[in-house]
Amino acid sequence: MSFEIFVGPLIGGILIGLAASLLLLFQGRIFGITGIIAGCLSTSFKEAGWRWMIVLGLITGSFFVSLIDSSYFDYTFPASTGRMVVAGLLVGFGTRLGSGCTSGHGVCGLARLSIRSIVATLMFMFTGMVTVWIMGAN
Amino acid sequence: MKLFVSYLLGALFSIGLTISGMVNPNKVLGFLDIFREWDPSLIAVMGGAAGLNMVLFKFILKRKNPILTTEFSVPKPGEVDWRLVVGSALFGIGWGLGGVCPGPGIANLFTLKVEALAFVGALLVGQFLFVHVKHKL
Repeated sequence: MSFEIFVGPLIGGILIGLAASLLLLFQGRIFGITGIIAGCLSTSFKEAGWRWMIVLGLITGSFFVSLIDSSYFDYTFPASTGRMVVAGLLVGFGTRLGSGCTSGHGVCGLARLSIRSIVATLMFMFTGMVTVWIMGAN
Repeated sequence: MKLFVSYLLGALFSIGLTISGMVNPNKVLGFLDIFREWDPSLIAVMGGAAGLNMVLFKFILKRKNPILTTEFSVPKPGEVDWRLVVGSALFGIGWGLGGVCPGPGIANLFTLKVEALAFVGALLVGQFLFVHVKHKL
């Protein structure tokens, strides 16, 4: 098993899970990035603060890793900028309509064995795979 | 204190995403591309994350309250409705087009790559569109 396809992903996944578990332990919240972004702009100033801090952490954590090993970000995007715009619109709208994304439904919802999250995760994996099958990876 | 903990946990999540390789959309599309050269990495990421949560959530939710607040805000079990199914389907199509979901999109912002900026900008527009049409749905 190589580092790239097993050890790195497993260690990374455990850190992601640890962050989600600690957010529940300290603040009683589910680590759902869709809801956190939405709440940054739509809730009262008092309720938005911790969400902005999570977003700031998400922006800078990856940056700190890149200072130690920049190879994680040494890639070119497979999709054109135009395609990324369409992707972003669908992801933004779809995750709000479906009440969550890979973090809230995938990482946290599956752990709670939530039926809604299991259905959501199967659905976005299925349509993601069909999309790549039809459109190709680039 | 709450703000400081939030920042640290956001950073920890982002460090995990980076080490997992999932900040790279080529890896994500490699997972979704089951009929060509399949890259199973995402299973190890989700398995590690959800697996650890499955164990830890149980202990955490046995507590009376979280450490820094008075109560847990965990979604109550609900019905599978058309919004969940259609929304997740649309999300998956966008995910398959770009190989990026919200977390990795934000974690890529510091690179200032135009594709990452365009994705996150469009994601915010998509969220706003939802807010504007949701009363009609």
